[in-house]
Amino acid sequence: MRRWKNVWRFLPLLAVMALTLTGCGNEQLSALLPQGEGARMQFNLMMLSLYIMIGVFIVVAIIYTVVLLKFRRRKGDNEIPEQTEGNVTLEILWTTIPIILLLILAVPTVMTTFALDPDEEKIPKDAIRVNVTAHQYWWEFEYPDLEVKTSQDLYMPAGEKVYFNLKSKDVIHSFWVPAIGGKMDTNTATENLMWLKADEAGTYFGKCAELCGPSHALMDFKVIVKDKKDFMAWADKMKAAKGEPEGDLAAQGQEIFQANCIGCHAIGNEGSNVGPNLTSFGDRTTIAGILEHNEENLKKWIKNPQDIKTGNNMPQFGKQLSDDELDALAEYLMGLKVDGE
Amino acid sequence: MSAHAQKKKNPIWDWLTTVDHKKIGILYLATGAFFFLLGGLEAILIRIQLLYPENNFVGAQTFNELLTMHGTTMIFLAAMPLVFGFFNAIVPLQIGARDVAFPFVNSLGYWLFTAGGIMLNLGWFLGGSPDAGWTGYAPLSTTSPGNGVDFYVLGLQISGIGTLIGGINFLVTIVNMRAPGMTFMRMPLFTWTTFITSGLILFAFPALTIGLALLMLDRLFGTQFFAAEAGGNPIIYEHLFWIFGHPEVYILILPAFGIFSEVIPVMAKKRLFGYSAMVFATALIGFLGFMVWVHHMFTVGLGPIANSIFAVATMLIAVPTGVKIFNWLFTMWGGKVVFTTANLWAVGFIPSFVLGGMTGVMLSVPPADYQYHDSYFVVAHFHYVIVGGVVFGLFAGMYYWWPKIFGRMLNETLGKIHFWLFFIGFHLTFFPQHFLGLMGMPRRVYTYLSGQELETANFVSSIGAFLMGVATIVMLWNIIQTSVAGKKASNDPWDARTLEWAISSPPPEYNFAQTPLVRGLDAFWLEKRAGNKTMTPAEPLDDIHMPDSSILPFMMAVGLFIAALSAIYSSWAIAIGGLVLTFAMMFLRSVIDYHGYHIHKEDLPSEGVDGK
Repeated sequence: MRRWKNVWRFLPLLAVMALTLTGCGNEQLSALLPQGEGARMQFNLMMLSLYIMIGVFIVVAIIYTVVLLKFRRRKGDNEIPEQTEGNVTLEILWTTIPIILLLILAVPTVMTTFALDPDEEKIPKDAIRVNVTAHQYWWEFEYPDLEVKTSQDLYMPAGEKVYFNLKSKDVIHSFWVPAIGGKMDTNTATENLMWLKADEAGTYFGKCAELCGPSHALMDFKVIVKDKKDFMAWADKMKAAKGEPEGDLAAQGQEIFQANCIGCHAIGNEGSNVGPNLTSFGDRTTIAGILEHNEENLKKWIKNPQDIKTGNNMPQFGKQLSDDELDALAEYLMGLKVDGE
Repeated sequence: MSAHAQKKKNPIWDWLTTVDHKKIGILYLATGAFFFLLGGLEAILIRIQLLYPENNFVGAQTFNELLTMHGTTMIFLAAMPLVFGFFNAIVPLQIGARDVAFPFVNSLGYWLFTAGGIMLNLGWFLGGSPDAGWTGYAPLSTTSPGNGVDFYVLGLQISGIGTLIGGINFLVTIVNMRAPGMTFMRMPLFTWTTFITSGLILFAFPALTIGLALLMLDRLFGTQFFAAEAGGNPIIYEHLFWIFGHPEVYILILPAFGIFSEVIPVMAKKRLFGYSAMVFATALIGFLGFMVWVHHMFTVGLGPIANSIFAVATMLIAVPTGVKIFNWLFTMWGGKVVFTTANLWAVGFIPSFVLGGMTGVMLSVPPADYQYHDSYFVVAHFHYVIVGGVVFGLFAGMYYWWPKIFGRMLNETLGKIHFWLFFIGFHLTFFPQHFLGLMGMPRRVYTYLSGQELETANFVSSIGAFLMGVATIVMLWNIIQTSVAGKKASNDPWDARTLEWAISSPPPEYNFAQTPLVRGLDAFWLEKRAGNKTMTPAEPLDDIHMPDSSILPFMMAVGLFIAALSAIYSSWAIAIGGLVLTFAMMFLRSVIDYHGYHIHKEDLPSEGVDGK
């Protein structure tokens, strides 16, 4: 019985092993598989603090095990143990050793905290800057120097620091790209500045981390990292994009777009910025950040967005637009490709 | 009125009007237990929704209401009243007092808390519960449609007043009503933690009061404190909330520390190791608790200087907490430890809480927190602290003091089943959540997409939650079964050390027929070692003056409840009526003389101080 009880104490350990075997998560998403300079600095501090803490845990675990095994009352033993008051040496010991351990942790902590904070004056003039605006429940990315706007898909060059101005249009959200470099809140009254630096080209997942309403869970975005040359080429194409339709059906779709959608959505420079910019809509890999990217899902979304993202601000077009009109509109939107790969 | 007349009251009227700290303690415990079950049910629904990716058990809106109410209920309506239940039931006994300093205020505190608790839960029946998280961050809370958040704002405001006056009451009680000989450094640790906790309540709750008042003004009266477009700033609310919110964590955990500091020495048959270090560690934790609130706001963008200062301050808290852990371990070291159910919770607490403390130190590192913050890692961390610390502490206290409070023993076998199921379920639920957070799962999400490798850990986590649910059912069965057919408890079933065990179980309404004389720390233990069966009295047997019971506290709470509910629906005439009712009761309280009554010494049992 006594032995059996102790087995359960190894349960957390078993859980660690089980999780280690299943890996550290998805490499496009996980903070445990850092793919950028910021994420690596953060990961290293996590590991340093974890090692120190495991050291402490082992000490506690040893004393704990001895206590549990050695100092149980045996049957029939009614002797009263010595009523020890305490021990000053021990008290000093377990006060000073933790202080030393925490100092070891505190120094790199403070250094990294400052290293991660961008100094406005030291940002190179030619650095890529992005204005991030969070909305319920989508992300807007504006490249002021490149005169380009996207939404949901954040494009950035690999191997250099990209600087982000973060703010929100409605409630507080939080801009999080775990694999590349942590998160920062997008506030309503003040702007935040952060940087991200991705190692290599690839696609990464971004999330909203602050509760922002019913569809908070669905406020995903993509980070598409390209080599600098490809990124600049993309930016040039984006700037030139006018959203010209290809084919008759798409041309019909463009008319429908201009009659119904342009009050909120923009393509190129034309249209309003109330809703997501759709210039490169055909390049996206998801509808609304969560659904598979195909015409059927797109039409489902346009018909009734509330079914997919509760509480978002887009009106329903299911009654306004006929099935034929929806087909044309979808054809047009899916054809809005800039990246061309 | 004589004691005899007192006994013939209608029981419902008796419970509504009681000012006896033991009965108010039972009221707090029962209400807290009810809300604990409710919050637990909400947790189970949350975990069913997250069992599978893209599950559709409850919708997005309902999920946000569930997560908000789970957090709010567990913190304010379960943990707080259960803590206050033990304060009330035990502290006056531990210091050898006949009651708290202000019995009337004590009753008022309970009824205000209950009124607020009911108000918070009205949303389930009146078209939508609060949905902005237990933190209620503006502008999400100020712009949330419907009345849900109004119930949150006014419910918490009312119950907060109850908590605040309760805290003041215990400060005064502990300063003024200790038995002769009980100096501060002879007080039991649970009394110490009650004292320090009450101090924290006194300073922390006003910040919440202000935050909630500003939210109320924005929601009900059209002000713009948190509206950026009108020049407001919601960060102010975050500061106010966490200036309260962080000390609140210590308001919950310190009493749990106090309970462990009672249970462990008794079950190890050994004096608490390093008593004075424990007292100073508690005080230091309470003090530092006010210096660290920004660690909840590292990603808000307050800059590297603020983040660094609060990071180092947060790390410092690990030191006194570590001191406590080592002192508990060394209390058992060299002792003869008995593994009663109460002690199993204490022993299970140590590794669980150390894990929560480890992640606490990890979270104090701002750059790493840029990853942890608002992810499931944080969810795992605070459940390790609050379940592994506070809930384990409350369960330890329940199994330990149940015989004293109710006069019956709980079943030890059922208790141990409860412990093991809950302990395993707890680790199964929350351990994988550390990894979920690091693997990129934000907290407060009603669903997650498949294909992001978040499925396994979520499934395991939900299974663990169901185990905790089963454990709770075992606990309920234990309570029901032993209330019907449980063994009667003796005065001192654990061979314990403090004053509450020197009197009968349950104690008589006057607690001590003669105030006991305290001759050192662990006063009752000292007397027992000296061969005495009872405490030495500090005064001759005399008539005992008792406070009058009163319906006024209940009516004051009813008045505020009516006022708040009508204000939510803009029925201003009725709202003013409610306030008038409350003020009328306060007026009556001021002008009517309450003389109390006496229990005559002839009516007291002759054995003297043990009150048999």
